[in-house]
Amino acid sequence: MASLVHRNITQAIPDAVRITRLNRTFDGRRVIEGLDLSIAAGEFVVLLGASGCGKSTLLRILGDLDRDFDGEVEVPARRAVAFQAPRLMPWKKVWRNVTLGLPRADRQLAERALAEVGLSHRADVWPKVLSGGEAQRASLARALVREPELLLLDEPFAALDALTRIKAQALVAELWQRHGCAVLLVTHDVEEAALLADRVLVMKDGVIAHEHRIDLPRPRDVADPAIARLRGRFLDWLGVHH
Amino acid sequence: MTLMTPFRPAPDLVRLRPAGTRHGAARGLRRAIGPVLLLALWQLASMTGVLPAEVLAAPSTVVGSAAGLIGTGELQAAIAVSLQRVLAGLAIGGGIGVLLAVTAGLTRLGEDLVDAPMQMLRTVPNVALIPLLIIWLGIGEAPKIALIALATAFPLYINVYAGIRGVDQTLVEAARTLGMGRAALVRHVILPGALPNALVGFRYALGVAWLALVFGEQINATAGIGYLMATAREFFQTDVIVVCLVVYALLGLAVDFIVRLLERSLLAWRPSFTGT
Ligand SMILES: Nc1ncnc2c1ncn2[C@@H]1O[C@H](COP(=O)(O)OP(=O)(O)OP(=O)(O)O)[C@@H](O)[C@H]1O
Ligand SMILES: [Mg+2]
Repeated sequence: MASLVHRNITQAIPDAVRITRLNRTFDGRRVIEGLDLSIAAGEFVVLLGASGCGKSTLLRILGDLDRDFDGEVEVPARRAVAFQAPRLMPWKKVWRNVTLGLPRADRQLAERALAEVGLSHRADVWPKVLSGGEAQRASLARALVREPELLLLDEPFAALDALTRIKAQALVAELWQRHGCAVLLVTHDVEEAALLADRVLVMKDGVIAHEHRIDLPRPRDVADPAIARLRGRFLDWLGVHH
Repeated sequence: MTLMTPFRPAPDLVRLRPAGTRHGAARGLRRAIGPVLLLALWQLASMTGVLPAEVLAAPSTVVGSAAGLIGTGELQAAIAVSLQRVLAGLAIGGGIGVLLAVTAGLTRLGEDLVDAPMQMLRTVPNVALIPLLIIWLGIGEAPKIALIALATAFPLYINVYAGIRGVDQTLVEAARTLGMGRAALVRHVILPGALPNALVGFRYALGVAWLALVFGEQINATAGIGYLMATAREFFQTDVIVVCLVVYALLGLAVDFIVRLLERSLLAWRPSFTGT
């Protein structure tokens, strides 16, 4: 019964992303081939897939960084991207990096955003002196300060140590709940997918090959046997035999 | 604790437009529009008498004179002589500039010894050295080539040096951790890293080489484009002067094309901003 009610609710939620028959080729090699996908407003979607299957390509298209595709793609006007490398401009102080692209370099706004990611004390340093985790959080603050309706994250935690990664995941979950934006997160970490996602997608051969909705309550616990089961299932889909 | 995705206001969606296939030919055509328009205006001004022939010959006259000069072989001979001067000057000046830049860029000692004098000398206008060059080297080919060498050495020095010092420190560290020796570091990391800057310097050096050539060929030349131009001036032949100017422009264009090709092949590794 509960699932029926839930389905009705999801149907009522408007879309934040609509993709139909998307194709992308690189020099004649088809990387994305007839991909369809919708993401609901405020939904947290995690995208898994083998290395080189086209996840970053899809994300770049949604971020309007790549226009050499064909097909229909609709995304919110307000969107933000955070990459695996923080990509902070080395020649601007951290807080100025956060306000990049905003109509005005609003120091208070930057400080609020940095406070959200626990970086208030680093507002006035040069990006190059930040640690990896700090730089990644600054990049997250920069993405969120523009109140996106769609947040695109390409392996944002991949280069972080395990402890920092756990904290960063919790931070993203918390920020997502507060800001309520739709999120598309690319990762290789199946556990991360099980912990964070409303819905997990597995990309293969240029399309979404598998899809799974997760209705577990949050915050989720790694020790939960349900999480472990999901983990196993995702690994199966990825062709990893464990 | 949230159980499911809460209600959200509908975001305003925008369609992302694929960038239709851009044709190289169309782009090339677009680049030609400016010069062609300028030529048309010039011809029109000449034909209507707004631009008298004593001031500036019409494009049609210029084409005729060019055909004449090519027919007698004069133009080719002049270009060959001038081209030789530029190449010789560039080889000498460029060689010295790059050598000094590498010396100053790679070692602190080199920096201390080389950089300060170079930075001082570079502010001296090359043209101001012509009298000295004549006293030292006479009025033959030597002062002309020396002037070009001087003019090209500095832009190459400055850009190659800046390129070497601008190499990403994190890459240098990575190379160190790979156990690269000094020579390998220079060959595989520092010089390729400095290449984008070096090519900027090269492009600039080529530009000033032509400029130096024009000045150099005023020194008692008996051949070359500058000589052709000086003779034309004596007889108020504005058409020949324009032919020479066009030759300078075309040579500059050809050289620019070569540098573009070089950049495309040497910097293929660099996905860079290509304009919007
Ligand atoms: N600019 C490009 N030119 C040519 N091929 C490209 C380009 N960008 C991506 N590709 C190719 O497209 C395929 C998909 O790349 P993409 O970066 O989307 O993979 P991915 O799924 O993000 O992989 P990973 O998980 O390793 O990051 C790869 O085979 C890649 O080599
Ligand atoms: Mg990727």
